Amino acid sequence: MRVVMRTPDLLSFALRSLGGARTRTLLMLLAMSIGVASVVLLTALGEGARRYVVGEFAQLGTHLLIMLPGRSETTGGAPPLLGATPRDLTLDDAMALLRERSILRVAPLTVGNAPVSYGSREREVTVIGATADFFPIRHLTIGSGSSLPALDPGRGASVVVIGSGLRRELFGSQRALGQWVRIDDRRFRVIGILGEGGESLGQDLDDMAVIPVASAQVVFDTPSLFRVLIQARSEDDIERAKKAAREIIRERHDGEDDVTIISQDALLSTFDRILGALTYTVGGIAAISLAVAGILIMNVMLVAVSQRVAEIGLLKALGAPERQVLRLFLVESVMLAAAGAALGVLIAVAGIFVLREVFPTFPIAAPLWATPAAVGVAIVTGLVFGVLPARRAARLDPVHALSGR
Amino acid sequence: MIELTGIERDFAVGDETVHALSQVSLSLPDGDYVSVMGPSGSGKSTLLNVLGLLDRPNAGSYRLDGVETTDLPEERRAALRRNHIGFVFQAFHLVPRLSAADNIGLPMVLAGVAPDARKARVHEVLDSLDLLDRAHHRPDQLSGGQRQRVAIGRAIVMKPGVLLADEPTGNLDQHAGGEVVGLLERLNGAGITLIVVTHDPAIGRRARRRIRMVDGRIESDESGDAHT
Ligand SMILES: Nc1ncnc2c1ncn2[C@@H]1O[C@H](COP(=O)(O)OP(=O)(O)OP(=O)(O)O)[C@@H](O)[C@H]1O
Ligand SMILES: [Mg+2]
Repeated sequence: MRVVMRTPDLLSFALRSLGGARTRTLLMLLAMSIGVASVVLLTALGEGARRYVVGEFAQLGTHLLIMLPGRSETTGGAPPLLGATPRDLTLDDAMALLRERSILRVAPLTVGNAPVSYGSREREVTVIGATADFFPIRHLTIGSGSSLPALDPGRGASVVVIGSGLRRELFGSQRALGQWVRIDDRRFRVIGILGEGGESLGQDLDDMAVIPVASAQVVFDTPSLFRVLIQARSEDDIERAKKAAREIIRERHDGEDDVTIISQDALLSTFDRILGALTYTVGGIAAISLAVAGILIMNVMLVAVSQRVAEIGLLKALGAPERQVLRLFLVESVMLAAAGAALGVLIAVAGIFVLREVFPTFPIAAPLWATPAAVGVAIVTGLVFGVLPARRAARLDPVHALSGR
Repeated sequence: MIELTGIERDFAVGDETVHALSQVSLSLPDGDYVSVMGPSGSGKSTLLNVLGLLDRPNAGSYRLDGVETTDLPEERRAALRRNHIGFVFQAFHLVPRLSAADNIGLPMVLAGVAPDARKARVHEVLDSLDLLDRAHHRPDQLSGGQRQRVAIGRAIVMKPGVLLADEPTGNLDQHAGGEVVGLLERLNGAGITLIVVTHDPAIGRRARRRIRMVDGRIESDESGDAHT
């Protein structure tokens, strides 16, 4: 005849034991809930960082390829022979890419720092030489005035589109459109102001000036391009565009494969992987606090066992077999762990809510696996660390326990 | 029916062996009323623990209702304790966080009795102990006599055949002690086998059968009508 306590009785007995030692129970709940909350919150931050970067990349432009002069060594090709300096990447190279059907837009870029001045005010900013297509590729909007004219990219023009921050600094409350500014001793007429774009991957778009690429080549005195942005026609066209662009440049460079083409998607998936791994790592580190909470639970339950020796002796005298005493104490630790975990989840949800309110642009969100994993680990911890105290209780000698010796 | 034959219980204390019980043989018919007296350390509590299946003798035989108990697995001995034996302790040993009613119902909770049946039986016991108005009081809200009555209620709630009491009046004043003894005798009158360990000769004399222990042995075993 196996007699087993009814489950509701088991739970209510454990609950009352926990209620009987309120301070201890609350401290345990706190320890466990902090563990669970930190796992959920930290992974939420990691996931938020991942989403943020993915979002930033999307903002950078869709179906984007970036071409740089010089062969990247990371692909494992033979290093360039001594003296075989890569050829310049020229404007004509860039424009030749438009031959390819899978390529929608091309933006040749020359970038440098130069002083921009109006009257007595002067600012050193990033000056970008580009074409009209640069704006749609990078999803940049014009706040007022117009974009760069869509002329033959080989022809320079003395016009400039400036960021709103730069406009404020140079012109204050004065009207900027139509005014002439100096960039490195050359005069440019302000024809457009960028919309309040904010920041993109660390580049402050508010603080830059965009001039026609041919003019920039004159200002910076270089025939070579800094890079070429290539926008493929569609997602499926990215690979084809990449291959074709490489082929076109090789043809134009006497069979020399001397450019590097980065696909944004590859870059993105790399970041995605790194930040994903980071989230797991952070979650794992936070899980250590769960183990600490588990050890605390063990400690508290050991104290509880030694304080309740007489009660355990009594239970045995009343006919509770060892495994029943074992179960009673295990249920107590698991209940502690589970209640602590539930509290932790609440704290984490509240924390995420608050962070969202404070940083509305940061897409913080707990990954789907984090909450069940944290709660699961907490409960398993309670079970594992509850075994030792429960066994100690179950093995108590009732005569000894009741005599109080 | 309880039958002890040649029971030995030794404790090793350091290098020495203490013979807490030696060559104890005893036969108690159902419904008997026995008092156990003797000097401190004579083995009275040890005898009670052996009778209550809390302790295992080193040698000898203990048959409870014809079943040899000394070689039963712990699980079976727990089941026998649950269903056939009730304990009353000097220190009451009530669970402090449980009400009087819940303390009395505890053995049935451990035995997995359904709540309805439990409630009915606890009510019955509380009624017979005259404790209905204290049902929801916790032990610290009860007097010593009331606590011991609750403990007795807990001991009989499973309707055991044997009631073992180790100095049940040791922590009580004379009046409360008298009440408790009266209650135990009433239960014995209803058929339960009652074994009381006591230091109080007045209480010891009341039993139909009086056992005196010295140094782990039964020194005398008198039966006969209690004299007043
Ligand atoms: N767990 C133990 N370990 C060692 N010795 C023990 C143990 N339990 C009892 N003894 C010894 O066995 C002997 C009998 O003890 P027991 O408790 O049965 O005495 P008692 O007659 O109940 O005494 P009292 O009237 O003081 O309660 C004593 O000498 C005691 O020291
Ligand atoms: Mg004793």
